[in-house]
Amino acid sequence: MEKNNIKLMQGNEACVEGALAAGMNFFAGYPITPSTEIAEISSQRLPRFGGKFIQMEDEIASMAATIGGALTGAKAMTATSGPGFSLKQENIGYAAMAEIPCVIVNVQRGGPSTGLPTSPAQGDVMQAKWGTHGDHPIIALTPSSVKETFDTTVKAFNLAEKYRVPVVLLMDEVIAHMREKIEIPKKEDVEIMDRIKPDEDDVTYQAYEVKKGDIVPPMASFGEGFRYHVTGLVHDETGFPSNDTEVADKLIHRLVDKIDKNVDDISFYEEYKTNDIDTLIISYGSTARSAKTAVDMANNEGMNVGLFRPITIWPTLEKQIIDLAKKVDKIIVAEMNLGQYALEVERLASKYTQVHHLGKIDGDLITPNEILSKIKEV
Amino acid sequence: MIKQNEIRLSGSGGQGLILAGIILAEAALLDGKNAVQSQSYGPEARGGASKAEVIISENDINYPKVQKCDILLSLTEKACNKYLETLKTGGVLILDSSVDTPKRDDIKVFKLPIINTATEKLGKVMVSNIVALGALNGITDIVSAESLKKAVLSRVPRGTEDLNEKAFNEGLTLGKS
Repeated sequence: MEKNNIKLMQGNEACVEGALAAGMNFFAGYPITPSTEIAEISSQRLPRFGGKFIQMEDEIASMAATIGGALTGAKAMTATSGPGFSLKQENIGYAAMAEIPCVIVNVQRGGPSTGLPTSPAQGDVMQAKWGTHGDHPIIALTPSSVKETFDTTVKAFNLAEKYRVPVVLLMDEVIAHMREKIEIPKKEDVEIMDRIKPDEDDVTYQAYEVKKGDIVPPMASFGEGFRYHVTGLVHDETGFPSNDTEVADKLIHRLVDKIDKNVDDISFYEEYKTNDIDTLIISYGSTARSAKTAVDMANNEGMNVGLFRPITIWPTLEKQIIDLAKKVDKIIVAEMNLGQYALEVERLASKYTQVHHLGKIDGDLITPNEILSKIKEV
Repeated sequence: MIKQNEIRLSGSGGQGLILAGIILAEAALLDGKNAVQSQSYGPEARGGASKAEVIISENDINYPKVQKCDILLSLTEKACNKYLETLKTGGVLILDSSVDTPKRDDIKVFKLPIINTATEKLGKVMVSNIVALGALNGITDIVSAESLKKAVLSRVPRGTEDLNEKAFNEGLTLGKS
């Protein structure tokens, strides 16, 4: 088994393996079920090669430390679940504003509040986008298998570096704790992206100036000679605060546009049997596994059903959803919440087709039979 | 041939059933198959009825949870009572001899001295899970015995390999008899 690198692994383990493959060398966290293994394994692995693991006093501090680590040039990650994700929001906003590349893993469990600590949910979809205040850029990715958790964690780091943005890896308890087959790719087969940095002798360096042809400003690492100001306040190209309306308008547009105008580069999804169908299921994370089984069951019974599975949850895959909506009679959004991603689908698709919702919040994964029943009902 | 086998290992928290589930899934991977292992997290993990679930398939495994199982192992009465109804008609029930035989005539029941073998023959109750794995495979041949032994030896704590190998062989003999 070891020889060909095929392993039986938990989603949380695969997340750490993916992070390490992507170059993670700093982890700050405050362990919480069902994400605890991510902190635990990071604490074992990072010190072995000089990486840093730090357990902070709480989630607010963990997020702050993650930002601090990233500013020194590290590839930094933190991991949490619902209650901790709520606490991290203020500093996630800071990371969005100050353009700090970092990865925040949120292994979703039942909520609100401390909710159902050991049970799966997908109730943090809207929070991943709007948990912190103000218009801001964010990327959120949601894997559906152990193998995909590895791959998506690598993508999360790469996108964080490329767009200088906090990236949320939105997992759920099922994927986090189940064990399944994964083939760990060879090091040379993992594509890694690094943030752009200023030339060492660039005397004109301004920390928040985007050079022509670049998407984001080059990022100097603290401790390497450049001195600059980092703030959550609206700032100009020097990094110092400004109250100027023009500066504010330009900055916020630039921050939001760097994601919105590059959606195609950030779009990851799977279409399963979506040719010549009348009913489309849209589902993600662990629920999409049930949906896939339900699609097979429905097609075996002579129905024409397919699945669209977004891996990129934010930004919304508008183009793909609209294209599919035009081709089908109805869409069923299946998710472990009372209708969050369904709102996005309704916004985009209700002009072209019926949008139905199948939600569940009792702490159990939606079953294939529940989805099949919904297909028959609508 | 059945393409997908769903197995539920049940007993009480602390009997090592989750480890047994992991080992069984790893053995399936060694055989070149797909496997998914999951467990219940929560209060029942300590005392009470606890379970580990494994799905083994030649194909991709989508829905990762076990609903109705093909094979049910129960090391305690409580676990047997709780999960018996999840065993499919025609399924295989493997019980420790301390458990009363339940009233179901649509299944195959194997009652074996699993815990007794671990405590009396091997002198360690903690290898009950490995005896159980051997017995389960002796009866069902769900994975190759060679892969299962390899998976057992790679997962058990260093220094306990001999004991666990004995436990595995005893279990296999129980299952085949």
